[in-house]
Amino acid sequence: MSTAVINSAVLKGEFRLLRREPGSLFWILLFPTLLLVILGSIPSFRDPDPSLDGLRVIDVYVPVTVLLGLIVGGIQAMPQTLTGYRERGILRRMSTTPVRPVALLSAQMLVYGAAALASALLALVVGRLAFDVRLPEQPFGYAVALLLTVLAALALGAVICALSPTTKVAGAIGSAVFFPAMFCAGVWMPVQTMPDVLARIVEYTPFGAASQALNQAAAGDWPGWGHLGVLVAWTVLLTAGAARWFRWE
Amino acid sequence: MRSPRARRDADAMPVIEVTDLRKSYAGRPVVDGVSFIVEEGEIFGVLGPNGAGKTTTVECVEGLRVPDAGRVRVTGLDPVTEDEATRRVLGAQLQESELQARLTVREALELYAAFYPRPLDWRPLAERLGLTAKLTTRFAKLSGGQKQRLFIALALIGNPRIVVLDELTTGLDPRARRDTWELIEDIRANGVTVLLVTHFMEEAQRLCDRIAVIDKGRIAALDTPAGLIRRSAGATVISFTPSAPLDDRDLNALPALASIEHKDGRITLSGTDETVNAVITLLARCHITAHQLRVTDATLDDAFLDLTKEAAA
Ligand SMILES: Nc1ncnc2c1ncn2[C@@H]1O[C@H](COP(=O)(O)OP(=O)(O)OP(=O)(O)O)[C@@H](O)[C@H]1O
Ligand SMILES: [Mg+2]
Repeated sequence: MSTAVINSAVLKGEFRLLRREPGSLFWILLFPTLLLVILGSIPSFRDPDPSLDGLRVIDVYVPVTVLLGLIVGGIQAMPQTLTGYRERGILRRMSTTPVRPVALLSAQMLVYGAAALASALLALVVGRLAFDVRLPEQPFGYAVALLLTVLAALALGAVICALSPTTKVAGAIGSAVFFPAMFCAGVWMPVQTMPDVLARIVEYTPFGAASQALNQAAAGDWPGWGHLGVLVAWTVLLTAGAARWFRWE
Repeated sequence: MRSPRARRDADAMPVIEVTDLRKSYAGRPVVDGVSFIVEEGEIFGVLGPNGAGKTTTVECVEGLRVPDAGRVRVTGLDPVTEDEATRRVLGAQLQESELQARLTVREALELYAAFYPRPLDWRPLAERLGLTAKLTTRFAKLSGGQKQRLFIALALIGNPRIVVLDELTTGLDPRARRDTWELIEDIRANGVTVLLVTHFMEEAQRLCDRIAVIDKGRIAALDTPAGLIRRSAGATVISFTPSAPLDDRDLNALPALASIEHKDGRITLSGTDETVNAVITLLARCHITAHQLRVTDATLDDAFLDLTKEAAA
């Protein structure tokens, strides 16, 4: 009954606990869409831009906002919570029961993954309703790219947690990774508008590849296998690292 | 239900078996060859000074730490390699741990109950531990003693055959302490085996069938509480105020004398019954009257201090 990696009681509990964290909820669920709304209220961002093949800035920013929720949830929120659980002996307390503490790890991933997906959905819906941004024209490809990105983000979060002896360190590493991740996702400069060489490099990072894949699917193409491959490779690599370095106490 | 008498069965295997357990940290032995056996339905106490290795020992029994050498068996299971099975029969209260800050008492009880195949009903348990009024309070908002009570509840919620309690009543008020002792006596009456680490002699004396005194990673003594007191050098204490001064040489010559103390004209001696008889004879011989003569048994406190003497030096 208990060897399972996923325990429904633990999952339910962690879901309930995340709902009690107004800070995390705001930054994961609302902040990305809020940013989209602010950008969308700049009139010139709603005009077609010749340098973007006739797309509007707001069109390009929807995938960026979608990635932002993932980055906040996977890199900032989850490693902090999980490291805290280890630091304060919560994982250890659970290891005295028939349920393995890995159930807490998997529950955290599922809960933060779900929150990040909800945040993505909100950004898509608000983009559509408020700014007339078309929904992804290749929805299945979009979903595949999004799912792979969630996995990569959670694996990255797990590595941060594995490498952090304390919550403070997890916070510091989280912030150090946070800004490059946002850059690669295109928060300051969408990947399509980056100079060629820079774009080539960024495409090999998880969030750069994700950004490109989402853009392609949004425009109606199947996301490039190269980009999806980069995401899978990162997920495998990071998961292996997390599994190797993770400590339960 | 298991009855405490079951432990007298000839073929009953000991519930906990620890044989020559060793554990070092940074090359320093912390547990250095500890062996003991706990029978079914027994309350087995572990006493010892701070840093003696008590927590390390019981956490090896719980499977939380891996011994460097030696053998640990819990109902015949190896807590490290057969952790799943061990954890289903063993409930633990750790010396230090926490729960998720925003988890309420009730949610914690329900969550941990869901971890076990045949849990207890958490309601009566919460009632007995005085948690009923706190069911909707979040863990972070509980007082130290309330957290402790919750952890006692969580140790018992899985209806375990064995409970390991590391500093059971630390932080509890006197009434909660007594209520907890009654609770432990009740669960033992149902055949549950208890391994109890404590610093409270009154607790050990009241609850424990046998006690291991651990000092510097080794067992300094293992006996019943009465046995430990009897074994200690000053098992009997006699005190009186003599009507006239007594010769120190006479006092020092008393048989089996363990200690002697003068304070405000009152003399306190510890030793054995033989010492007491000799004192009475001495007083009679010198025609000295003993005012407020008191003869008492030494307490477990005295025995503990005597057994772990070098540690303090
Ligand atoms: N994980 C660890 N790493 C290094 N040293 C440790 C570790 N755990 C315990 N020790 C050391 O082992 C010794 C025994 O510790 P232990 O916690 O078993 O003592 P104890 O008898 O339970 O003491 P107390 O009464 O204070 O709880 C201590 O000196 C402690 O510093
Ligand atoms: Mg201890």
